[in-house]
Amino acid sequence: MAVRRLAPTEKQPKEFAFTAENLDWAKGQIAKYPEGRQASAVIPLLWRAQEQAGGWVPQKAIEHVADVLSMPYIRVLEVATFYTMFNLEPVGKHHVQLCGTTPCVLRGADALKKVCHDKIGHEHHVSPDGTFSWVEVECLGACVNAPMAQINYDYYEDLTPENFAKLLDDLAAGRPVKTGPQIDRQFSAPVGGPITLTGHVGDGQPDAGAPAPAQEPALADADAKRPGEAANVREEGVPKPPVGVGARGRRTTRRE
Amino acid sequence: MLHDRDRIFTNLYGLHDWGLAGARRRGAWDGTKALLEKGRDGIINEIKASGLRGRGGAGFPTGLKWSFMPKQSDGRPCYLVVNADESEPGTCKDREILRHDPHLLIEGCLVAGFAMGAQAGYIYVRGEFIRERERLQAAIDQAYEARLIGKNNIHGFDFDLYVHHGAGAYICGEETALLESLEGKKGMPRLKPPFPANVGLYGCPTTVNNVESIAVGPTILRRGAAWFSSIGRPNNTGTKLFCISGHVEKPCNVEEEMGIPLRELIERHAGGVRGGWDNLLAVIPGGSSVRCLPASLCDDLPMDFDSLMKLKSGLGTAAVIVMDKSTDIVRAIARIAYFYRHESCGQCTPCREGTGWMWRVVSRMAEGRAQKHEIDMLLEVSKQVEGHTICALGDAAAWPIQGLITHFRHEIERRIDEYSARAAADLGVRDPADVAVAAE
Repeated sequence: MAVRRLAPTEKQPKEFAFTAENLDWAKGQIAKYPEGRQASAVIPLLWRAQEQAGGWVPQKAIEHVADVLSMPYIRVLEVATFYTMFNLEPVGKHHVQLCGTTPCVLRGADALKKVCHDKIGHEHHVSPDGTFSWVEVECLGACVNAPMAQINYDYYEDLTPENFAKLLDDLAAGRPVKTGPQIDRQFSAPVGGPITLTGHVGDGQPDAGAPAPAQEPALADADAKRPGEAANVREEGVPKPPVGVGARGRRTTRRE
Repeated sequence: MLHDRDRIFTNLYGLHDWGLAGARRRGAWDGTKALLEKGRDGIINEIKASGLRGRGGAGFPTGLKWSFMPKQSDGRPCYLVVNADESEPGTCKDREILRHDPHLLIEGCLVAGFAMGAQAGYIYVRGEFIRERERLQAAIDQAYEARLIGKNNIHGFDFDLYVHHGAGAYICGEETALLESLEGKKGMPRLKPPFPANVGLYGCPTTVNNVESIAVGPTILRRGAAWFSSIGRPNNTGTKLFCISGHVEKPCNVEEEMGIPLRELIERHAGGVRGGWDNLLAVIPGGSSVRCLPASLCDDLPMDFDSLMKLKSGLGTAAVIVMDKSTDIVRAIARIAYFYRHESCGQCTPCREGTGWMWRVVSRMAEGRAQKHEIDMLLEVSKQVEGHTICALGDAAAWPIQGLITHFRHEIERRIDEYSARAAADLGVRDPADVAVAAE
């Protein structure tokens, strides 16, 4: 359990209210839940409040969210302090969340921590120019691309002290950066290219890049079953009896 | 090795279009209406026959879980909740499904929702997966637009699907904590019974399933339970996404047959252990919360629920964390202990106090600044945390420490000896144990 408190009074803004646009968005979120269950939207609303307030949740934002959702202040305060992605103190323009759990440590997260110390300063402190802040977080769920860090909304994976330092420099200078793996690698496939799923997937046509045809009309279910369309048509497949109407012409594989 | 044709997640690496058109080319949404025409019992029986066990860690049979939902509604709505709060250290499989094959999940939600009579589904994505959440929402929007889900859809079963998200709490991966969080509260697990199938989300019957369990459903139904159950080993059937991280040459995610030997998995897919197989020190086979296994047990180790259970470890989420001989194993486990200290929700005393206590002691042991009798005390305390909490986080915090003591006690003892020898030599400080003896 982490002890988390609100920022001291002198850092707290005097007031907070959702912009009209955010308020509309909030109504859309509340509509996702059954009537009377608007409290369910508390995390999405606090999140939006954090975005609007510049990356952290001031006390007034917590109270405003409570008012919007007709919840007691304490219930929203509980939520804001329980979930660690709500920053209770101001953060830098680029908030670096460095993963420091074992799978990342095994691949060298400690060296990245040093980079953060050198480039940004102490953990939980905003750099003097307001560009950066950093914090060590628990597993971010990209362990095969370890070590990694989340900076604002994006994951930056397969970091080394060198490319991480460069990444921070690029962000500070406002240069465009590549998200995802920072080395030559296809997402979570092994370095050097996938060794599985190397064949053509789908209709037997090479699917190179496969840009989504944007203008494609919504297909009816029957349209999707043209011969050769289904991925589960296999040359050695044993035909399975139709399972019901509408399954005509479909073949399936049964590995005996 | 599993053939590509038997792989379910054919876009695991994001080489192809994630959208509806691409997903259809890969076979998703193919004859979904016919699947629903099997009927609720038909679907559940097929899933039961396939032997699919939950992919979230506990390995509970999925078909059986679905069958717990009430057959006759008592007026309350029913919900399907998909657990995409993937936070177990080592695990990164659901993320690939969310961002590269979201339509498999959406179709799975429709089918599973139908099988359990749910009117709506909520997918709870962990807060950090922001881009993945956007991708999933875009895919759901596509499915709505194509009238595959929603009211009056072409499948004739009204089903709404919503994306919800958390904000960085590991505990929300526990099913009842997830429901609490979804209701807008702190993620503190509920006492069971009543089980969610009876009193779940908003007090209504609810089933919580892992992303992978749901996403494989339609493919199993299309290709038949016999196909799925022909892969793997008895009682541990089918394919599974493995995440191989740590000290391997090429860490990666891969879909493989259940029961694949650990060595084959690592050498074939991950390029082998760094420095060769003989350089292996230990493996955590199923995410941080299972007991680690020393290299001596890893030679012919089938990766499935039952084989690992026999070794008092577990398949968990099939997140294989490999550690070579350069690893400071005590420190690695101490970092895991810190993780549980950080993520304990604070509801039950044994876990709230015990996780912090265990972390402090095991950190001292990593330096050697401890006494040998404390090893037994640590083991004893870990047994008092295990099984004495509402949810399994207490167990999950205790197991890595128990695994460390079972298999690497000699390493802890060596450090203690070294530390006391050094202290005695450097500073003339004597081992407190000796001092105590001298005082008597």
